[in-house]
Amino acid sequence: MATQHSRSAARFMMAPAVILLLGWMLIPLTMTLVFSFKKYLPLRGGDLGWVGFDNYVRFVSSSAFWPSVQTTLIIVGGVLLITVIFGILLSILLDQPMWGQGMVRILVIAPFFVMPTVSALVWKNMFMDPVNGLFAHLWKAFGAQPIEWLSDASLFSIILIVSWQWLPFATLILLTAIQSLDSEQLEAAEMDGAPPLARFGFIILPHLSRAITIVILIQTIFLLAIFAEIFVTTSGAFGTRTLTYLIYQRVLESQNVGLGSAGGVYAIILANIVAIFLMRIVGKNLDA
Amino acid sequence: MGQITLKQITKSFGDVQVIPPLDLQINDGEFVVFVGPSGCGKSTLLRLIAGLEDTTSGEIDIDGRDATEVPPAKRGLAMVFQSYALYPHMSVRKNIAFPLRMAGLDKNAQNAKVEAAAKVLNLTDYLDRRPGQLSGGQRQRVAIGRAIVREPAAFLFDEPLSNLDAALRVNMRLEISELHQTLKTTMIYVTHDQVEAMTMADKIVVLQAGIIEQVGTPLELYHTPRNKFVAGFIGSPKMNFLHGSYSSSHGAESIGVRPEHISVSKTEGIWKGVVGVSEHLGSDTFLYVDIEGVNTPITVRSTGEVGFRHGDEIFLTPDPEKIHRFDNQGLRIS
Repeated sequence: MATQHSRSAARFMMAPAVILLLGWMLIPLTMTLVFSFKKYLPLRGGDLGWVGFDNYVRFVSSSAFWPSVQTTLIIVGGVLLITVIFGILLSILLDQPMWGQGMVRILVIAPFFVMPTVSALVWKNMFMDPVNGLFAHLWKAFGAQPIEWLSDASLFSIILIVSWQWLPFATLILLTAIQSLDSEQLEAAEMDGAPPLARFGFIILPHLSRAITIVILIQTIFLLAIFAEIFVTTSGAFGTRTLTYLIYQRVLESQNVGLGSAGGVYAIILANIVAIFLMRIVGKNLDA
Repeated sequence: MGQITLKQITKSFGDVQVIPPLDLQINDGEFVVFVGPSGCGKSTLLRLIAGLEDTTSGEIDIDGRDATEVPPAKRGLAMVFQSYALYPHMSVRKNIAFPLRMAGLDKNAQNAKVEAAAKVLNLTDYLDRRPGQLSGGQRQRVAIGRAIVREPAAFLFDEPLSNLDAALRVNMRLEISELHQTLKTTMIYVTHDQVEAMTMADKIVVLQAGIIEQVGTPLELYHTPRNKFVAGFIGSPKMNFLHGSYSSSHGAESIGVRPEHISVSKTEGIWKGVVGVSEHLGSDTFLYVDIEGVNTPITVRSTGEVGFRHGDEIFLTPDPEKIHRFDNQGLRIS
């Protein structure tokens, strides 16, 4: 029985956790907001006072801003496309009864447990290296000139690396969704004369739509913030400078904390716009 | 046309043979019910006919043509599933039209057939709803509608009423029977409920462990069960079985008497016993009577106003014409 007394006691006992979490979130956010209105150059005079919206204007009017937004969207879109399409195919494959199913499933999930820095380095040095990489050897075996992946096809390379990391996540969620499909629905469709492709299009895909929107939503939020993969492969060169990376460069390479913070606030706004947009779609799907 | 012949069909899952060689003839326009306890292979048999499972050996003929290797969609059969298996993201209209759409029918013809089916099944007002917004009985009707529009040679029902509540089940039972009267199409119906079997069937197939125990009309099974299993399975409440001295006087290993074929008296009768539980249903009273030398109480069906209470002494007299005699194999002695 939750009496008035026990309820206030519960609140009192939950307070430390709630305050800690709030502080964890609010303090960095407030600091970012405060710095974004200041001219703050740690190595060139430190705090030089308030400048109003100066940082915001400078961040957007910089020639690097719009290309970085574009790069961000291309990477997010590319990764989403690859992970969703291949995630669906893989999950259908893994749903088939086969020998060693449990082992295969664990192996499929494995890339998700590899740290982004590590996986990016592995890809950079073992696969994409134009001299010693496996791809280079493969190309040479066919007598072709090895591709300099990270400079010639830099954006695609990064999309490939990030997709490899996120494919297991998409596969896992889609696999559980496929497993929840009532097999009688597929049998009914079969009796109704639907060939395999029609069964996929009319039964499996609509059943997966909710899981797909969830995959898209969660991945977008995380993909907007990818950093390590770019840092250890191209360091933002060859057109791979995303918004996140631009902010990093402003703060640490140009030592301009104020300008970087303004960029950070833009990133928050962008992420929220995407989130609201996606929530609407997901909400529609979840209601049905 | 909807004539289905099963010739020596078997089905094994791995090493386990669920259907030993089995022969069955289903005539055009018949309402055939497969009935049996859970796990007796009745659903498997239906799925073999539907083509959703492959036969291990044997032959299935539909309308005189060998259909053993024919894929489910080409057999001209329609199935109603236990879970209804409606497509949740499609409206009722689209659900019913799905088989027509797959068959490549044009939009107008599709609509005409859907409207006609909806009218038969009282679904006209619900055509634009999703299955999730319908009640259990309505969903059931949509599933039937999806089967009707295909104009199949035979309908297959896999325990279609088991997800409905008792009152609705009685209604749907009537509706399916009426549908059979109007369409005159062959229907094969699987159930574990012997009441459904008795009320709906032209022909009942009683199955146990994949073996057909008896095939016959409901009344044939009721009056002349071939063995003890059929005798105990058909009829509600269940038939009473007696052994030992009770049966030897009739020259049988065991005898069976239906609860409705026993008369009761306070003063005289053949078997003497004590009333255990009595269930008053208004129209009937079920008495559970303990008699000497019999472990399970004897069920007696009596009139609504019978004046017996727990612990009363009672005399039972079975109708001598209605005693079923069985030999030591459990087979009927006629």
